[in-house]
Amino acid sequence: MSMPFYVSPEQIIKDKADYARKGIARGRSVVVIQYANGIAFVAENPSRALHKISEIYDRIAFAAVGKYNEFESLRVAGVRLADTRGYSYDRKDVTGRGLANAYAQTLGTIFTENPKPFEVEIVVAEVGESAAEDQMYRLTFDGSVADEHGFVAMGGSAEAITAALSQTYTSGLAFPEALQVAVAAMNAGRSSADPRPADGDSSDLDAAMPDAGSPIPAGQLEVAVLDRTRNRRLFQRITGDRLDEVLNSLK
Amino acid sequence: MSHNEGRLSGAYMTPGVSSFTDFLRLHDPSLLPSGRSMGNIASTSPVEVPHGTTIVALKCADGIVMAGDRRATMGNVIASRDIEKVFATDDYSCIGIAGTAGVALEIVRLFQVELEHYEKIEGVLLSLDGKANRLASMLRSNLGMAMQGLAVVPLFAGFDLSEQTGRIFSYDVTGGRYEEHDHHSIGSGSMFARGALKKLWSPGMAQADATRIAVAALYDAADDDSATGGPDLTRGIFPIVTVVDRDGYRRLTDEELEPIIRELIVSRTGDSGGSRGAGGDR
Repeated sequence: MSMPFYVSPEQIIKDKADYARKGIARGRSVVVIQYANGIAFVAENPSRALHKISEIYDRIAFAAVGKYNEFESLRVAGVRLADTRGYSYDRKDVTGRGLANAYAQTLGTIFTENPKPFEVEIVVAEVGESAAEDQMYRLTFDGSVADEHGFVAMGGSAEAITAALSQTYTSGLAFPEALQVAVAAMNAGRSSADPRPADGDSSDLDAAMPDAGSPIPAGQLEVAVLDRTRNRRLFQRITGDRLDEVLNSLK
Repeated sequence: MSHNEGRLSGAYMTPGVSSFTDFLRLHDPSLLPSGRSMGNIASTSPVEVPHGTTIVALKCADGIVMAGDRRATMGNVIASRDIEKVFATDDYSCIGIAGTAGVALEIVRLFQVELEHYEKIEGVLLSLDGKANRLASMLRSNLGMAMQGLAVVPLFAGFDLSEQTGRIFSYDVTGGRYEEHDHHSIGSGSMFARGALKKLWSPGMAQADATRIAVAALYDAADDDSATGGPDLTRGIFPIVTVVDRDGYRRLTDEELEPIIRELIVSRTGDSGGSRGAGGDR
């Protein structure tokens, strides 16, 4: 019987992180952006049924990139946690911070204990009474949390999109302008990205970007908002005619 | 509770469960009304707790109207003058409750979360039949408490988006679900309210007329049933009236209700039986 090779913990962690990063970099992008009356979520998503953006609770929403089955199980767990907390205490006691902490613990444990880390990156956003009270938490595959302000970009072209947004984003934008800024940045990210070939093991929404370089067709945009002017459940998807109307209103 | 450990594990990550009640049964059954041990309460006499009284629901041309009085009683005592017994359960349905108020309110709260939970997990609304069946199974799990005198009987109604019509469902304590065709009433004053509805209701009524009739039926119930409260103009306590149509659930404001109630009281003045010939309710 041969002895297994010794692999240092540093190497194991580094390999896992590289693996997860590679998986996430293959994906299409998501932008979460604050605007005057709330927080907008914009994703490039060819599927209308499998969402990357979802409602968690009254004021809390979730956006993710990476492997669909992995972030979907996190999303469902988040809805369960929020509903359980709201049911056993009160709806006011469900907070984005609490949810972000639970996700951080979960992702951290999976990263260290499982042979395969989750190839996901998520944002948990909670809209406040005013823009100053909005919260956005970005969580990465190893469980690290960052508290973000203004905007967050995730996915394959995150760096290029962040660079573009830092030029164009200003606080207090109206929703149509914020959406336009986000879409323009995502298009800029696409044109700087290399066309990636389809990867065999990627079973989901992010399998291939054969048309990288061209702008995202409106039919492949998944858009939703947490609108603080609504009542109780603030999450709303912007789809179909309403989305076209908003996208065309600035042309 | 295990969610205090900080990480989401076990039941939280179980795939395939879209029901909140089923999830709680896996994760923390003590949070369910049926998950509580009743100890040896069964051997003692029934406890004195507040009871909710009369609810009416009726169909109208565009949907349904549901209304409830505001009284809760505990034996001969009025436990509450302004209890709310009609609630939205989601955007297209509402529920009214009669029976043991504490248990009923808990079931309503759980049912509201149940519907919202399904909608969030699955991304679509449950069908109206699905919602009605879900409520039946929740009542069935309360049967033990019902046998000990803590019965809950709800009235459920909503707008069926696939059939584009309003529908009403009544229940019994064993979880029996019965679809009602035109109108229905539950609670201690229901006999009197049902009589009034029979005489006043007609098919395809406008929503405004249905609202007037709902208020009149509750007025008649309060007239003859001591456990049902009438409109209280001195305190400004009016029945709760809700409508559900294709635009969703809406609760009428007191400002909308006050003229309807004043008109009813004027029409009943000098005509205490509410006879229709004397220019009464119609």
